[in-house]
Amino acid sequence: MPGGFTRADIEAIATLANLELDPAEVDLFARQLAAILAYADQLRQVDTTDVVPTAHAVARHAAERDDVARPCLDRADALANAPDAAAGLFRVPRVIG
Amino acid sequence: MTRPATLVELREAIRSGARTAVDVCLGALARIEATDGALHAFNTVCADRALARAAEIDRDPPRWRTAPLAGIPVALKDNLCTRGTRTTASSRILETFVPPYDATVVARLEGAGAVVVGKTNCDEFAMGSSNENSAFGPARNPWALDRTPGGSSGGSAAAVAAGVAPLALGSDTGGSIRQPAAMCGIVGLKPTYGRVSRYGLLAFASSLDQIGPLTRSVEDAAVALSVIAGPDPLDATSAPEAVADYAGAVGGGAAGARIGVPRRLLAEGVDESVAAAFEGAVDVLAAAGATIVDVDLPHAAHAIPVYYLVATAEASSNLARYDGVRYGFRAPGSGDADLRTMYARTREAGFGAEVKRRIMLGTYVLSAGYYDAYYLKAQQVRTLIRRDYDGAFERIDAVAMPTSPTPAFRIGERAGDPLQMYLADVFTVSANLAGLPAVSVPCGFTGAGLPIGLQFTGRRFDEATILRLAAAYERETSWRDQRPAI
Repeated sequence: MPGGFTRADIEAIATLANLELDPAEVDLFARQLAAILAYADQLRQVDTTDVVPTAHAVARHAAERDDVARPCLDRADALANAPDAAAGLFRVPRVIG
Repeated sequence: MTRPATLVELREAIRSGARTAVDVCLGALARIEATDGALHAFNTVCADRALARAAEIDRDPPRWRTAPLAGIPVALKDNLCTRGTRTTASSRILETFVPPYDATVVARLEGAGAVVVGKTNCDEFAMGSSNENSAFGPARNPWALDRTPGGSSGGSAAAVAAGVAPLALGSDTGGSIRQPAAMCGIVGLKPTYGRVSRYGLLAFASSLDQIGPLTRSVEDAAVALSVIAGPDPLDATSAPEAVADYAGAVGGGAAGARIGVPRRLLAEGVDESVAAAFEGAVDVLAAAGATIVDVDLPHAAHAIPVYYLVATAEASSNLARYDGVRYGFRAPGSGDADLRTMYARTREAGFGAEVKRRIMLGTYVLSAGYYDAYYLKAQQVRTLIRRDYDGAFERIDAVAMPTSPTPAFRIGERAGDPLQMYLADVFTVSANLAGLPAVSVPCGFTGAGLPIGLQFTGRRFDEATILRLAAAYERETSWRDQRPAI
């Protein structure tokens, strides 16, 4: 795909990213993503044979703590920012049926 | 006009009874009133919260006498959660979000007596180098109102430079504390990854994000770091390493230090005035007794593409949570659509162009068929960058570079070309990729009067050394005595 993105390519990525792009954005991102990735292609010149990837620069073992029950977020606080809540729950559009 | 007081000077004035916390707080609020129409450094000013807090401190002097920040006004980047005070990340999608908890850094600042005066403007979700990506309009540079203050912590830098508060917090994922500090003529510190808890920081790229102070002196940055540093049970990546006496370290001087200058990396693309100021700074350090050596960081030239592949991949995952269900904005009318459509319309309407561009790029580089070529490759070169620095630190104590290759640019100048904007981060992203601490300190002005920054990068968890070198340089120069006309 590098070297150029079709509209369909961009729309497929947008679907994966849960974005409904408008047509102007599809064209713009097709051009800009291609330019950014062309620039990133300089990494191909770097020999990375047998180089381990770094996910975190300061590697350490996972932190452990005692399994002690603590108070959690109050239900009303948790729901206070919801765009739609009812009966103590977040309400979303119909998912099934 | 006199130089505004530093944090340490203000603290002494409050402790001695020369000023009350309320008086200082009213001064900060008045300064916001006088400057923010021009600067737009703040998204939210919390005058009532601040004055109530200041009065509380004035009521009980014995309790606060030894608190390191008692009565000090603080501005917080608007991606740090503040219980009961709107936290937007300068995004439409969080325009009405009121966090139910405080970030750990906020709790620690307030525990030390700080008075939060407001939430500062920034690039949306900290994605940008100019503050132009704020959904609420750009912040402006106090030294030249037609220019950006840098970014993404542009509002924090502008507020400190304009004398609103002696301390602001920012976040730095690829230079977002250091670059605006340089462009606004103040000090900005990105601590070692893990040094400061990220709990309550709205996540952008979790392996790179770190919170740190912006101040008008190196000593102030050291005082602030001592308050916010240290392990936190609420952030599993916060580090257990002991917190040093950073403020005590700043008096040490540069004599005997070995400072590396990556000449090959600096050979191209550095603005003439920045290069001249940097060379002058190197001379000052040498005269102060430091040994200056050439250092080769062969993979640092690739840091920009590595950064923009890693950071966008992480961002695409982190920002998946903004979906119109639990908090923030939901696209009007989309409640009647199916769930996926509601998500997609909400995100389309709620995110700005740069955030969408990065989510798209990050989604692509993580997608089947492209993961190895981009994301994995970037992670491997990240290893090589880290090794370059680790090797260099076997024979030097710090790396010195300009913070930014150019001084502050004009608003709109780079807005149409994202790649050109990304190149502004060439000297700052390596520290994030390698998890290293780095500090920017003022080192001069261009002919047009725009500030220039000098950056020191140090060993992991050795903030004390880079703060000591920055303070030694600061003592030998008088750049910080200059202030913008605003």
